[in-house]
Amino acid sequence: MFKLLKTFQKSPKLMREAYCDTMLSLAASNKNIVALDADLVSSSGMKKFFEAYPDRAIQCGIAEANMIGVAAGLSLVGKIPYAHSFGPFASRRVCDQIFISAAYAKLNVRIIGSDPGVTAAYNGGTHMPFEDMGVLRSIPEITLIEPTDPVMLSDIVRQLADLYGVYYVRMARKNTIGIYEEGSIFEIGKGNLLRNGTDVTIIASGIMVAEALKAAEMLADEGVSARVVDMFTWKPMDIELVARCAEETGAIVTAENHNIFGGLGAAVAEACVKTVPAPIEMVGIKDQFGQVGTEDYLRKAYNLTAAAIVDAAKKVIERK
Amino acid sequence: MNRTLKLKELRVFAEEIRLLTLKEFAYTGFGHVGGAMSIIETLAVLYGKEMRFDPNNPDWEDRDHLVVSKGHSGPAVYATLALLGFFPESMLRELNQGGGNLPSHCDRNKTPGIDMTTGSLGQGISAACGAALGKRLDGKDSYTYLILGDGECNEGQVWEGAMFAAQHKLDNLITFVDLNGQQLDGFTEDIMDMRNMGERFAAFGWFVQEVNGHDIGEIVSAVTAAKAQKGKPNAIILHTKKGNGCYFAEGIKDNHHMNFKPEQINEAIRQTEAALEAAKAAPAK
Repeated sequence: MFKLLKTFQKSPKLMREAYCDTMLSLAASNKNIVALDADLVSSSGMKKFFEAYPDRAIQCGIAEANMIGVAAGLSLVGKIPYAHSFGPFASRRVCDQIFISAAYAKLNVRIIGSDPGVTAAYNGGTHMPFEDMGVLRSIPEITLIEPTDPVMLSDIVRQLADLYGVYYVRMARKNTIGIYEEGSIFEIGKGNLLRNGTDVTIIASGIMVAEALKAAEMLADEGVSARVVDMFTWKPMDIELVARCAEETGAIVTAENHNIFGGLGAAVAEACVKTVPAPIEMVGIKDQFGQVGTEDYLRKAYNLTAAAIVDAAKKVIERK
Repeated sequence: MNRTLKLKELRVFAEEIRLLTLKEFAYTGFGHVGGAMSIIETLAVLYGKEMRFDPNNPDWEDRDHLVVSKGHSGPAVYATLALLGFFPESMLRELNQGGGNLPSHCDRNKTPGIDMTTGSLGQGISAACGAALGKRLDGKDSYTYLILGDGECNEGQVWEGAMFAAQHKLDNLITFVDLNGQQLDGFTEDIMDMRNMGERFAAFGWFVQEVNGHDIGEIVSAVTAAKAQKGKPNAIILHTKKGNGCYFAEGIKDNHHMNFKPEQINEAIRQTEAALEAAKAAPAK
């Protein structure tokens, strides 16, 4: 269903451009598509949508709790809402609204939380969600997705129009490394096996997918065969794939731009111990707060690098 | 469908709702008596005259919606829905029972006729705004009704919703604020003073009316005026008594959630039966 690009480089299209373009095409064919924003239209890249569909573009002001409730209410009368804010304000700030008005009420709401983890860069620690997925993961029936590149983001945003439930999409806004060929289709709830390997599996998400592929190359140079999985759906977790990787490679490294507490590493570990127990090392935020800096600075500061994945892989292989 | 009860019939309907709500509470021996009693006349007006609904098709898409944001008033709404045939009266025995369909707080997935899940206070206004806006986008002429508690208005989200409704000119949203002056821990003036409620909503750009929330005629007139004005969301401030019409709850400080004895609820039922007979016997005006 998906095809990998031959080389992995910065994608020419920004993630937010892919988001807006997809929303425009969805809205053209479906009158029920509505977009909500909390005074961040310039940031979410949705200006064109707000100009093209002024009635169906709903400005909520800086009031995220209300925005989530309005989205729930819109879905009550058949609308298909996509509500955006920066990650922390689209998750931890509105946790109860997502829980009660959307999820418990069994309504139909898509939430776009942008600037995951270190991609919040200059906005600093207040705006840097290392916990958004973890905070939301304990909400029953919610689906948590971190699209890897603009091709996947477009496909996911398109698919969500026809699905029912509460979906949180952790969206980088700017350039990401392109991984997938245009036209690729993704199955929500299933991880993508990007590279085969036998000694260890690297299960990554978001900006860490490209680092994982780089790490696999580095490991290959040292004679270690690393498998790479893009686990873009965090909930529901692809337990079957985790079990297969544990079985076939005997060791797992997780890599995420998120707190390892309540994050991808924790979710993979749960899946692993319930199926085929194997040693796991986790690359990610080690229960720390965010801070200000360039994305490159922050990646180094928090060890979100291919080198860190390589180190973790060697360590976990020794634990076999 | 749309019922078209006259004032006298609405007064009778209100007593029927009160009576059935008390009988429902009698099954449990405890409950949110205060806040259920204070909105009964409003429910009578909504379901007896103003609202469009179909008990045989609770999800009818052209219906009016009601969001009871003070979700703890559920028992009064359940009694109303049972009287209208949304479900059999015998189901009222399920109030607060494990596995039942009538929880303390309104749940749209459990109870036929409940439009929105509420109970985490402050959230209903946002959902009501969304429903009102969505209907306007579809060119529907139906209304969204919302019932807020005065204690509930402590929640900041209420005022986020109030700003939103005014900004988006949601004149198809009709909000009742149950200004009964009490919240769980005591009188609102001692907890978080909300007595100038009307001024607050007016300051947020709403069309505000203040009525005696136990006077059917005043509520009807206010809804008529609300439907006539264009461009602003509507707030009808209901001056009410928490526990109204239930002698052991009315005028008591701790009447938000209370336990009571069988003889107390039986006496309240007896008094309400008398009130119902009196309403039936009263001249039609």
